[in-house]
Amino acid sequence: MQQSEDTTTEASSRGFSHLIPHPSGWQCFTLIIALLVFIPLSILAFAWLEPAWDIWRHLQETLLSRLLLNTLTLVVGVSTGTLLLGISLAWLTGACEFPGRKHFSWALLLPLAMPTYVLAFVSLGIFDFSGPVQTQLRAWFGRNIWFPDMRSAGGVILVMTLALYPYVYLLTRNAFRTQGKRALEAAESLGCTPVGGFFRVVLPMARPWIAGGVTLVMMEALADFGAVSIFNYDTFTTAIYKTWFGFFSLPAAAQLSSLLVAMVFLLVALEQRLRKRMRFAQSRLAPQADRVQLTGTCRWLATGYCSLILSIAFLLPSLQLFRWSLNVFHEEFDSRYLGLLGHSLLLALIAAVVITAVALLLSYAGRRHSDRLTHALIRTATLGYALPGTVLAVGIFIPLAWLDNLMIDLAHNLFGIDIPQLLQGTVLIMIVAYTIRFMAAGFKSIDSSMHRVTTNIDEASRLMGLRGIKLLARVHLPMLRGGIFTALTLAFVDVMKEMPITLMTRPFGWDTLAVKIFELTSEGEWERAALPALTLLLCGLVPIVLLMRETDK
Amino acid sequence: MKKHHLFAALVLTLLSLGATNTFAKELVIYSARNEQLIKPLFDAYTKETGTEISFITDKAGPLLQRLKSEGKNTRADLLITVDAGNLWHAAREGVLQPVESIILQANILVHLRDPGNQWFGLSLRARTIVYSTERVKPADLSTYEELGAPQWKDRLLLRTSKKVYNQSLVAMLIAEHGEDGAEQVIRSWVANLAAKPFSNDTKMMQAILAGQGDVGIVNTYYFGRLLKKNPELKLALFWPNQKSTGVHVNISGAGVTRYAKHTEAAIKFLEWLSSEKAQNLFADGNMEYPVNQSVATHPDVAAWGDFKASKQNLAIAGQLQNSAIRLMDRADYR
Repeated sequence: MQQSEDTTTEASSRGFSHLIPHPSGWQCFTLIIALLVFIPLSILAFAWLEPAWDIWRHLQETLLSRLLLNTLTLVVGVSTGTLLLGISLAWLTGACEFPGRKHFSWALLLPLAMPTYVLAFVSLGIFDFSGPVQTQLRAWFGRNIWFPDMRSAGGVILVMTLALYPYVYLLTRNAFRTQGKRALEAAESLGCTPVGGFFRVVLPMARPWIAGGVTLVMMEALADFGAVSIFNYDTFTTAIYKTWFGFFSLPAAAQLSSLLVAMVFLLVALEQRLRKRMRFAQSRLAPQADRVQLTGTCRWLATGYCSLILSIAFLLPSLQLFRWSLNVFHEEFDSRYLGLLGHSLLLALIAAVVITAVALLLSYAGRRHSDRLTHALIRTATLGYALPGTVLAVGIFIPLAWLDNLMIDLAHNLFGIDIPQLLQGTVLIMIVAYTIRFMAAGFKSIDSSMHRVTTNIDEASRLMGLRGIKLLARVHLPMLRGGIFTALTLAFVDVMKEMPITLMTRPFGWDTLAVKIFELTSEGEWERAALPALTLLLCGLVPIVLLMRETDK
Repeated sequence: MKKHHLFAALVLTLLSLGATNTFAKELVIYSARNEQLIKPLFDAYTKETGTEISFITDKAGPLLQRLKSEGKNTRADLLITVDAGNLWHAAREGVLQPVESIILQANILVHLRDPGNQWFGLSLRARTIVYSTERVKPADLSTYEELGAPQWKDRLLLRTSKKVYNQSLVAMLIAEHGEDGAEQVIRSWVANLAAKPFSNDTKMMQAILAGQGDVGIVNTYYFGRLLKKNPELKLALFWPNQKSTGVHVNISGAGVTRYAKHTEAAIKFLEWLSSEKAQNLFADGNMEYPVNQSVATHPDVAAWGDFKASKQNLAIAGQLQNSAIRLMDRADYR
């Protein structure tokens, strides 16, 4: 491993810039993708042309301070929680050896398939006052038994932490698996204790992966609407929805959203700055480093800890979903489910491939061009992840409808023919919208792996006569394999879970499992929603298991 | 290059996916009423008349925005939503058109449709008091306003103020008492809360069953669904304000879009929805009350008892929604 200053990059990138067939091609591509994201964002910014001062004043007088505090609490709480869980679990399964490690290694990823809103309603169903746990406790110990209030900041942070830690876990594990014991040994040889070595060498070396994961988590937490509204926990996002659906002021909702985007832009910029001066690369590529052998009680503590997290984040909620599904199966299940399933899978598959390909190219562009503009464009291209889905959906829909109307008018006025809407309600538009929304998930996965590919490797390949696409295919792609599979999985699972964009852009009849869950839960039919939720969960498991088989080779 | 052909083919396929089945339909509907509640009616209509219906469901807000953005090129002929406030806003945003229909005017009670004939109520639900039959005597209950009295201290449970049903209820209170009077009522409710407001009515009723509180306010059909699952339910409905304004009612309803391509078909369908057969389907599907007075209420629903319903025109729910939300924010009703 080496960690060197960035000073050589400028020179070396200039050094081999003549290798690329069209030097500006990468930048053009980045520009196009950034524009795609920029358009819906600027629709939001345009809302400031008519500032809704009276709504702002009202919010400022009543809710704003609480909203900000709640949002801050949520983001800080969830990122701290996911960091603790994600890093500890990644270290245990990635670099240590204890009973059951191999199984936990993949099983701990399973919660990734569980949508946050599903985990939220299941957890409340089990642990709230009227749920079976508290009811049983009251039956045993009397009415006044104390139980922590689930519908509180603590409750919502806990649930979101359990649902989102896999992002940190997945990315960080990639780092630990290949560093493993060697990094620790190096630290110990320099006089560090194991604990000191972990904090002073292992963690800092895994920083790009950890930062990538936790940035995704923060963006998810900021944009989440489903889970917080189930807990009736007021955040910036609930205020956005309330302003839109209650005050019917889309401009004010867009103005609130634009602040959210600004926050995230700062967050992403901060992350990039933090690691700007570093290069994270390996001196040699070892697929599997030695593991730290845990001994004595530690072994079993590790096993117990992993089991506990797995149980509350995945096993228990899945069992509850399964039980509810059984209850409603005969009234709920019919042949339409095959259609829902097919649509979900098809959309997720196409979108995952597109997102991964675009993310790969973006990351490559960022590598080729270290200028500010390119990096700002890349940053912009990943912002869609942080917007509440519905708000982004509107931002996409407004220009889309405008374009369609324009084409219809043109066709009518110029050629005298009447054409229907060409773009709206097509799968192509859905895929574009998903790409705008989930670019960050694909990009962070791939970009953190990209840091492994050193300029030395490029130089060496060049000497061997590999350049351009060949360089990408023969040298880089194999090294990025893990990142690519991670990107595919995250994108697939995210698209499967996605609700608002699917609702707003789907063609007639293209309902998905997530749409079905929306239909049922919006009328409070949580138990009936268990069947589509469970199906969604099972589908999400497939790529995750494939990913594990792939990366554990 | 071959690659480009492949790419073009892919784009064309994706463009055409889904686009093909949207032509030649005879009626296109945007619905904020959920698929499981509305599709049986579509199916019945298609079976009876042969009219093919295609539809999209979403929340009311996005559907309204969709209609606005699509403008005159929209495919939608009919907008179906729940809550009068949503319909009122749709009319105000100019996405609906007035419909002159003798059948609709005869079938639907006057306070359940738009005075300007842009939207029509299709099913009726009451938002009323629910109480624990174990811990509350119905004689102790009287009005919505009385839920703020000291005897309900730490016994009242409510759903979140973010739900439009509560916004409409408070809008009606404002219409009766003025803003200051209504705010006092809401403040007294908030002071009596036994737990933080719930995200939905069903959860709130389950909390009453578990003993977290004793009384609450629900839409009747949520109570009906719970009762269907458990006939021994230890909850009952109480009809408040019988000596004054009557129980707050709300509707699900529909309006023909301003740029409908099949206006005639849309009106026909609306008229059919207000007919006896469709009204029965509405009630059966979701345990609601008919808006057509000549249609008998479903026996299961009628069993909850007769009540005097508020006769205020539901357009008020839309007009005062903004004030209602601000008022609830001021009163710290979350």
